[in-house]
Amino acid sequence: MSTAIKDTQKMIEEVLDAYPEKSKKDRAKHLAANDPTGQCSTCQVKSNIKSRPGVMTVRGCAYAGAKGVVWGPVKDQITISHGPVGCGQYSWWSRRNYYNGRTGIDTFGTMHITTDFQEKNIVYGGDKGLEAAMHELKELFPLAKGIGILSECPVGLIGDDIEAVSKRVAKEFKFPIVPVRCEGFRGVSQSLGHHIANDTIKDYVLGKGELDTSTPYDVALIGDYNIGGDAWASRKILEEMGLRVISQYTGDATLNEIAIATKAKLNLIHCYRSMNYICRHMEEEYGIPWMEFNFFGPTKSFESIRKIAARFDEKIQEKAEAVIAKYRPVMERIVEEYRPKLEGKKVMLYVGGLRPRHTIGAYEDLGMEVVASGYEFGHGDDYKRTYPELKEGAVIMDDATLYELEEFTRRLRPDMVGSGIKEKYSYHKLGVPFRQMHSWDYSGPYHGFDGFPVFARDMDMTVNSPTWALIRRKR
Amino acid sequence: MIKIKDHNELFGQPDYQEQFERKKEFERPWPEEKVEEVAEWTKTEDYRKLNFARQNIKINPAKACQPLGAVFCASGFEGAMPFVQGAQGCVAYFRSHLSRHFKEPFAAISTSMTEDAAVFGGLNNMLEGLENTYALYKPKMISVSTTCMAEVIGDDLNAYIKTAREKGVIPQDLPVPFAHTPSFVGSHIVGYDNMLKGILKALSEDRKGEQNGKINIIPGFDAYTGDYREIKRLMALMGIEHTLLADVSETFDSPNTGEYKLYPGGTPLEEAMDAVNAAGTVSLQKYSTVKTMDYIQKEWGQKTFTLPLIGIRNTDRFFEELSRLTGRPVPAAIEAERGRAVDAMVDSHPYVHGRRFALVGDPDQLLGMISLIMEMGGEPVHIVCTNGDKHFEAEATELLASGPFGASGKVYINKDMWHMRSLLFTEPVDMLIGNSYAKFLTRDTGTPLIRIGFPLFDRHHLHRYPIIGYQGALNLVTMIVNTVLDEMDRKTVDTTSFDVIR
Repeated sequence: MSTAIKDTQKMIEEVLDAYPEKSKKDRAKHLAANDPTGQCSTCQVKSNIKSRPGVMTVRGCAYAGAKGVVWGPVKDQITISHGPVGCGQYSWWSRRNYYNGRTGIDTFGTMHITTDFQEKNIVYGGDKGLEAAMHELKELFPLAKGIGILSECPVGLIGDDIEAVSKRVAKEFKFPIVPVRCEGFRGVSQSLGHHIANDTIKDYVLGKGELDTSTPYDVALIGDYNIGGDAWASRKILEEMGLRVISQYTGDATLNEIAIATKAKLNLIHCYRSMNYICRHMEEEYGIPWMEFNFFGPTKSFESIRKIAARFDEKIQEKAEAVIAKYRPVMERIVEEYRPKLEGKKVMLYVGGLRPRHTIGAYEDLGMEVVASGYEFGHGDDYKRTYPELKEGAVIMDDATLYELEEFTRRLRPDMVGSGIKEKYSYHKLGVPFRQMHSWDYSGPYHGFDGFPVFARDMDMTVNSPTWALIRRKR
Repeated sequence: MIKIKDHNELFGQPDYQEQFERKKEFERPWPEEKVEEVAEWTKTEDYRKLNFARQNIKINPAKACQPLGAVFCASGFEGAMPFVQGAQGCVAYFRSHLSRHFKEPFAAISTSMTEDAAVFGGLNNMLEGLENTYALYKPKMISVSTTCMAEVIGDDLNAYIKTAREKGVIPQDLPVPFAHTPSFVGSHIVGYDNMLKGILKALSEDRKGEQNGKINIIPGFDAYTGDYREIKRLMALMGIEHTLLADVSETFDSPNTGEYKLYPGGTPLEEAMDAVNAAGTVSLQKYSTVKTMDYIQKEWGQKTFTLPLIGIRNTDRFFEELSRLTGRPVPAAIEAERGRAVDAMVDSHPYVHGRRFALVGDPDQLLGMISLIMEMGGEPVHIVCTNGDKHFEAEATELLASGPFGASGKVYINKDMWHMRSLLFTEPVDMLIGNSYAKFLTRDTGTPLIRIGFPLFDRHHLHRYPIIGYQGALNLVTMIVNTVLDEMDRKTVDTTSFDVIR
């Protein structure tokens, strides 16, 4: 075992010392020193396991995964937060899944629509109210193409039958009504919510759309939620390669787009964690192959473009090379501008979905090194994909707590941290440069060739802001 | 320097606009004429009728749930950790929500209950949760509230906490107040109330002794940290010894010293424990402190006063009562502040007089704002309060009836911002007051927004400026009149009325 790994392991042990025995034993399984070769048996983390009560996990719930991530961005359906008012309130337009449309008329993305459960709903059930609510919505929003019912905790606990209500009303309305059993107490994190949402796409929408013509170059862009316009920036590249993107999952998506993905020749998946389920299903049921790709930073984007093109004919491959040739100098100019300001800077990441591994290349394009990375709700397959991307001895964290993040920061002294809103301001207090890597800190896009310049600019302003130097520390 | 284009500019470019057009082939949107037709219809009286007839669905409501108010309140005490019995996603949401408003870290604990807790109850989650919290975050007090999950399955907090003490997972003398805060009852203001009552009950146990001559002040669910500092400043000027109960000013506005403090301030526990011996308690909000004030009056036997502090007349009344209660005169410095605020209102009145306002927000804040607007000669027209009850409706209606400027005002309780949209289209007003989400109303109806309330996500630092007292009135008047003037500039930019002196 190398010294880099041993040093990191020792540091992890020190951090764990503060825990009570039971939690210490548990948390030890979720923290490891990275071994890119995968040979070191103690260098793998356990994941997708219940969080310990009271440790201050950063994780959210199944509702957050199903409503916040997967279904929320679908723009022409009405998404009902079914239950008490809070869940919908706190997830109201916080993920910035950009879309085109007239909100409140033919699209509903920035709206918070809830059955607002009261005590009587808990006692007598919420099904009757739900049915009435859907009729009211249908009258007020005649252009809605469907309704999603995203269950909050009480719905599952009081034994409501939202499936029966959905079935009845769908027959009447003649459009999809999708009951999603994403009660927050199900599973251990957002992750189960993604899975449940994928399953409902499969059961209620998939294969039921219209597409007039097909071409050999039809692809679906899966697992891109168009945060700050990410999917649009990715789509631009795919179209320039000569591909026809018939469906976006689920950023800026309509129900029809979701439905016609079965007509794609290849499914391209960006966020593997949240959407691998639907890709696997389409592979098994419709024989559609799928492949992962990475559009963060020029190195990974060029790699991915070639990998995607290799699945098509020469015409596409030529165009792919032309795309690379077109953007290479543009990207080089960005690197030339920003790399000198960021060279050698250390980054600590703690995010969800795909970013803990997918953004590593983009940081490296700027000369930065990711010294620690972790997932809120990753599974074993995510970590398996992450180990080779990181250097030996880097810290791998699964379901990290506020306490651990702070301790690792003290010890690793990163030049910047990329994580979420809950972490952001404690880092500001610590005087550690910080960027939200869920919402791009209200910036973006970060995907593709239009995204990388924004990413580079943002990392520079994060690391090199003069405000950090104004902080007067106590001696 | 390379010019970098981000989302603000990129997507208006022709290449993206063309992409959006191409994408429609797969989207299958409605024909543009149809969309236009429906959009126009939503502006009509007919649509308003339909909109107001709905009983079973809220669209863009202006309220949060009880547990949020509870953790907000719990964080206002020295060394206190808000601790939530229930599913973990809720706490992630409370933390995000509060951090987005205050731009500050917010720590709170969840007991991460899952399916097994739904079947067997949440006792084990509570025990392990308390043990871990105490070991990792070393709180001086753990304030327990609940989410809807724990409430639906009927977790017994009192018994669970007792068990935790018996089993020794937390020290015997660690204060662990609790409150049941189901999210399907009331709203964040009720959660605040329940938690505060729970905390005061736990801390005052066996503490009743000699009167200490102090006054307790309860701000209520107030997301303006500037207000907490303002009340302390005013009490110092008055020379009144006081205890601010649930003082969140440091929690949500702590200095940057290169150090992250988990517990940056809050009401000192010793003081909070002695609150039971105060000469009286003043609440600055009525609807977020109903149960707490009732408890203080009945159980502590104290004189209680509800004295709102938004607007000139409210502030006058506050100082008169406080002066009477403490026997201390209102100092000249405060009188001078009043004079300055009134001077500003006199100077600015031409831009507010006769202007029609729509307001959406929490009950107490709305009452204060109605009062202030009427003092300026403005006319509150639509008052939408999602979390207002019948008492609020009656009080607000009476306030509107108290002067000629309230004549066209109407109060809508249990209504939301989609109702407000209909109101703004069918009975237009000049200005809108509300939280950040009200900006969608501005987009749809063109009514300029003055951001007052909670949450304020899309503007920075507003919460650091007080809106209470005379200084607060001055700040509010500044915000209101300058938004009116900004709008005037916007509308007259191509005309001769684009004046430089106003």
